[in-house]
Amino acid sequence: MSNAILESEAAMADGTPRRGVEQLSMQQALNRALDEVLAGNPKTLIFGEDCGRLGGVFRITDGLQAKYGTGRVFDTPLAESGILGMSVGLAMAGFHPIPEVQFDGFAYPAINQIVCQIARMNYRSRGTMPMPITLRVPSFGGIRAPEHHGESLEALFAHVPGLKVVSPSNPHEAYHLLRYAATRPDPVIFMEPKSRYWQKGEVNFDSADPSGSRTGASPTGAKVMREGRHLTLVAWGAMVARCLQVAELAAEDGIDIEVLDLRWLKPIDEAALTASVRKTRRAVVVHEAPLTSGLGAEVAQLITQGCFDTLKAPVERITGFDVPYPSGDLEDEYIPNIDRILFGIQRVLEYRRG
Amino acid sequence: MDTPLSPTAGNHAVPPSEPHSEQLFGPPSEPLTAGQLRELYSLMVAVRHLDTSAIAWQRQGLIPGYAPELGQEAAQVGSGYAVDTTRDFVFPTYREMGVARAMGVDMVAYMSTHKATWHGGLYDPQESRLAPIQAVVGGSVLHAVGWAHGQTLAGTADATLGVAMTYFGDGASSQGDIHEAMNFAAVMKAPVVFFVQNNGWAISVPTARQVAGGSVAARAAGYGIPALRIDGNDVVAVVEATRSAFAHCRAGNGPVLIEAMTYRRGPHSTSDDPGRYRSLNEERDGAGEDPLERFRKRLLADGVADEAFFAEALAAAKAEEEEIRAGIQALGSRPGGEMFDLVFQETTPALQAQAANWREESEHV
Repeated sequence: MSNAILESEAAMADGTPRRGVEQLSMQQALNRALDEVLAGNPKTLIFGEDCGRLGGVFRITDGLQAKYGTGRVFDTPLAESGILGMSVGLAMAGFHPIPEVQFDGFAYPAINQIVCQIARMNYRSRGTMPMPITLRVPSFGGIRAPEHHGESLEALFAHVPGLKVVSPSNPHEAYHLLRYAATRPDPVIFMEPKSRYWQKGEVNFDSADPSGSRTGASPTGAKVMREGRHLTLVAWGAMVARCLQVAELAAEDGIDIEVLDLRWLKPIDEAALTASVRKTRRAVVVHEAPLTSGLGAEVAQLITQGCFDTLKAPVERITGFDVPYPSGDLEDEYIPNIDRILFGIQRVLEYRRG
Repeated sequence: MDTPLSPTAGNHAVPPSEPHSEQLFGPPSEPLTAGQLRELYSLMVAVRHLDTSAIAWQRQGLIPGYAPELGQEAAQVGSGYAVDTTRDFVFPTYREMGVARAMGVDMVAYMSTHKATWHGGLYDPQESRLAPIQAVVGGSVLHAVGWAHGQTLAGTADATLGVAMTYFGDGASSQGDIHEAMNFAAVMKAPVVFFVQNNGWAISVPTARQVAGGSVAARAAGYGIPALRIDGNDVVAVVEATRSAFAHCRAGNGPVLIEAMTYRRGPHSTSDDPGRYRSLNEERDGAGEDPLERFRKRLLADGVADEAFFAEALAAAKAEEEEIRAGIQALGSRPGGEMFDLVFQETTPALQAQAANWREESEHV
């Protein structure tokens, strides 16, 4: 074992932030972020269904109860409204709860507590009762799960005043965005793309922005994941990796695509969005959620507002359909695939005025 | 088809049983002194007078609406009186004016919510130890459980634990969150007092159509939570039950439920018309004796207070109401900028832009 690895493990043992670069899956990156958050702030608590001994059904909280005890990391009864309602009271008592709902579809039973309580308590209390709650939601489809185990709730959450919404696209983003979200004084819905949990990637522990790109120097805002000249693909969560694949394929045909990882779905980084599209003059937004009133509509409007004079074509939306998230093989028909995204790009590139 | 209501629908059909105090473990509290009994009476008179005045305020156009608690003074003042505001925390609904007054909350700031000045009222909830007024029926009961579990996690030694007390009614007891809260609290042994004011009516629906299983207290047994079903119109019984519940929680024994049997003598709110669902005879029979009058007789009979004291208490209540009314009258609207400023601790560019637009465009109106 090299000294670097030994040092890294020593750092982990006392919870101090790591240094250097490692290949990690998103599950590992999230786990390490939570480890460091727990070590860094004694007021942080992790709880939810099976979060404790089991380490969560996706193992994101693996080993944390053993390390921090049942007071800091604990299992709750199986009731999502209870989990989120309890988070409100803990936040009032000065804690920073990091609750988990086990799957996106099970955020629905907690909607009253999320929308009527968590999102509004800071306002209702005139800022005297902030809600520093980081709600982790394993999100989106792509794992062939049963009903309600794959949903895309970002537009629902983004529409609610008082909530912030973020979704990481790779292990590096997952590590830095979660560490950042878990130190905010406002409620953040942290949407983890569950289909990406086991994909490995480089995590640079030193810097939130290893690429050094202009728009991604901090864990706030959007981030250009690939620079291009002809068209901007806007995506978040699991769709970012797919868009990067699409960009590679398009490059073979000489089409130079920029991929913008929106990261924060509320607040949306309007400056980065319009900067990218002002340059490329064309945009396609890709998401898994249904089309109608999806976040793509918001993105398209922001682009239109900010880039109307330079746009070469209407913004195209490649999304899921206005149907319940399907199960089994039908998932492949529903989630935007490479071909559908390429068709969208083609329509935008071939668009002629008049 | 609905089964026909018995003519006795309402609360008088459900007499309170004896408190199951043998289920509670904690140091016994001192009996109330004569001074405390008089203080309780003064509080009840102040609350009665403010409550009835608030209806007049609404009729006069001073406030847009109000949810009166006429008839629930003993339940509210008695339970609020038992709170130790140096360490406990209370989670109200929208009908706990008497609790707020007994806890010493700034009443202009409290009543401002009925002027629709700000959703949760203008009082500082952390300082007052009273969570913001809650419009969602049953919405804050889980918050009490979280707050209480936080006391356990904070590692305060038993016997000095802060206790959360959460209020809800017979109607709210139908909400799923109440059941989740009771189960969570019992599983976690959280120091929570669930204080149920069973006032007989959820707007127009009587308890008999609302609560299966005989009583809300009976449900506590299913969660292994000791429950006291008390005469909520006897202020001394309410103070004693609440104190014993607090002692039980403080000693680390987990939650307690108190079902205080009382009666909503007035309408649900100033927009309600009880004549559509209950007759005056039913109201009179269901309400029983006025808790304030009952306490007055008792104090007289026991020689704790005399007519001069009652007159003095009423005069003080009137003076207090006048002061609160003046405060409410003087209360202007909140500046519109607060709409934007109080959404987040860390605002967003979109919100800032909306605020800037609003400012610019409203200046031109």
